[in-house]
Amino acid sequence: MPIFPELRTAVRVETQNPWPRFLVDIASWRLAGAELAAGRWTLLGLWGEADTVHMAVLRGQNEAIGVLSLPCADRRFPALGARHTPAIRLERAAQDLFGLVAEGLPDARPWLDHGAWGVRAPLGRAEPVAEAAAPYPFLPAEGGALHQVAVGPVHAGIIEPGHFRFHADGETVVRLEERFGYTHKGTEALMRGADLARAARLAGRVSGDSTVAFTLAFARAAEAALGLAPPPRAVWLRALMAELERLANHLGDVGAICNDASFAIMNAHCAVLRERVLRAAAVAFGHRLMMDRVAVGGVATDLDATGAAAITAVVAAVRQRFPRLVELYDNTASLQDRVVGTGRLDPALARQFGCGGFVGRASGRDFDARRWPGYPPYGDLRFDVPVRAEGDVNARVWIRIGEIEASLGLIEQLLAGLPAGELRAPAAFGAEAEGVALVEGFRGDILAWVRLNADGTVARCHLRDPSWFHWPVLEAAVDGNIVADFPLCNKSFNCAYSGHDL
Amino acid sequence: MRRTLLEGLLHRPLSEPPPALDAAELEAVAQAVGVAARARLGRSLSIREIDAGSCNGCELEIVALNNAFYDLERFGLRFVASPRHADVLLVTGPVTHNMRAALLRTWEATPDPKWVVAVGACAHDGGEFAGSYACERGVGAVLPVDLFIPGCPPTPVDLLKGLLGLLKLSAPR
Ligand code: SF4
Repeated sequence: MPIFPELRTAVRVETQNPWPRFLVDIASWRLAGAELAAGRWTLLGLWGEADTVHMAVLRGQNEAIGVLSLPCADRRFPALGARHTPAIRLERAAQDLFGLVAEGLPDARPWLDHGAWGVRAPLGRAEPVAEAAAPYPFLPAEGGALHQVAVGPVHAGIIEPGHFRFHADGETVVRLEERFGYTHKGTEALMRGADLARAARLAGRVSGDSTVAFTLAFARAAEAALGLAPPPRAVWLRALMAELERLANHLGDVGAICNDASFAIMNAHCAVLRERVLRAAAVAFGHRLMMDRVAVGGVATDLDATGAAAITAVVAAVRQRFPRLVELYDNTASLQDRVVGTGRLDPALARQFGCGGFVGRASGRDFDARRWPGYPPYGDLRFDVPVRAEGDVNARVWIRIGEIEASLGLIEQLLAGLPAGELRAPAAFGAEAEGVALVEGFRGDILAWVRLNADGTVARCHLRDPSWFHWPVLEAAVDGNIVADFPLCNKSFNCAYSGHDL
Repeated sequence: MRRTLLEGLLHRPLSEPPPALDAAELEAVAQAVGVAARARLGRSLSIREIDAGSCNGCELEIVALNNAFYDLERFGLRFVASPRHADVLLVTGPVTHNMRAALLRTWEATPDPKWVVAVGACAHDGGEFAGSYACERGVGAVLPVDLFIPGCPPTPVDLLKGLLGLLKLSAPR
């Protein structure tokens, strides 16, 4: 049986690996929209080119992944967002970047384009524009006692820029509307024509906190395109870096969430543990965030005995100190009062939006790209993937706590079983090729899609941050909470701005 | 809770020379920053951080300055929530066109005398993002920059060193 039996009229593109890409007609595109709206498929991403729109989908309960491509000669395509809300922001971004028109899109306001680029459709026909942009119309909320609170793009803390528009009734949020795009850097345009090394550097700067995961996603997609198998030692070292990154971020998050509930002592202790992890990473791999250490075909740096010892020591330190912090978290009534029941994300929404990472897994969506579709070396390792159903701030903290424990176990296994051998396999070019990959970053699954030219340069690359499917549901999770709890809710989601704006 | 607090009181503070890779360097920079800060600024300098389109890597390291190892506040250097309270704007990122107006308005809201510190390769000249349709080529394209702290991202020690450099430069304009 074909893996996408629904797509009877589709033509399979033979150059894409490892999952199929289909050229579809409008009828099949609509059919895909109906499958998504019915909840039988999950949207993994939607992006464009000058005259084609692509979507990546997950069929059923982890049955198959595929990419559907609709050529739009007249630069129009039927909007999935008309029936499937999670597609709306992706389609707004596609309109901005590629100049394609999503017909029937319920919200057609610009998303990433603030009218400041001097060019329209920069990844499409790139027409220069002179006139100033019209002011952005925020959604109205009507009612006698409502007032507006506008926050950002420059925030009070040391965080990334974005704008939040609250409508509040007294203290209660009746609508939160987000506006992003402030950190849009045109990364995908810079990738066109870049060689693999430069493209990997750009991928590693999509979101600095996920630099290992993004570079890995890009590398895996490029390797799939080239039919390149990185040597076993490199595969294990990449996983080691990825787990260190997850560990550092989760430690930072647990502290920062408690800090936003005015419980500073957790933050102080968690920040010390996080710092120790970064220092160990610097000793082991020569960079605190491990930027540019993953390369297409392998890794750029080896691990020596000193580095391994530094990692072993930090694992021991976290194992010793962290359980007591967990106990403190669990036994502090004033803290529990703030986090339990706050910012609840309905499991149905998490499913509909295909939320990954701790956001999805705290609301019952049991998905982890390390386990399915899976990629080496995780098949050889034992790890738990915690899942909870409550969907509140507390559940998102506990998922992180569980994942910290899982990552510590993984790091130990990776150090113990690290194979010897080469660090990098050389790439051979020769024909145009496409690859796609799904990698589990600390926030959730990152999708990478790449088309390489015959000379090995990048023709087109798309990288989708997990936050595309987290930010919209944060708006829903905040509904009915008090304005003062927004920082707490927001931190518990810890969505990426730069990763989203790209 | 009580045990954690008690230990915090009894243990050596982490901000003493930690047995880490850059302990000596950190201590040297830390002492110098302390002396210069006292001499020039009466022990107080308020910093407002602005992300002008960074990848967030620079922010992670700036936030780390507040952890117990670096403990920036012991030098009288502290991060403030509003530009109206700031002496220094610490700017990261290549300055995206979408952040240009917000950056300018933040700068205008900062009282004189003020200093602008560009943090990271992006803020210097656009870094990897130089030449993009969506970015300026660094903070200098928009604001007068007093100091550049190199790195991608600069480590907390690099940042401390840079702030020391700033204190040496900071005769009021
Ligand atoms: S300098 Fe490097 S770490 Fe800092 S924002 Fe730019 S790419 Fe990110």
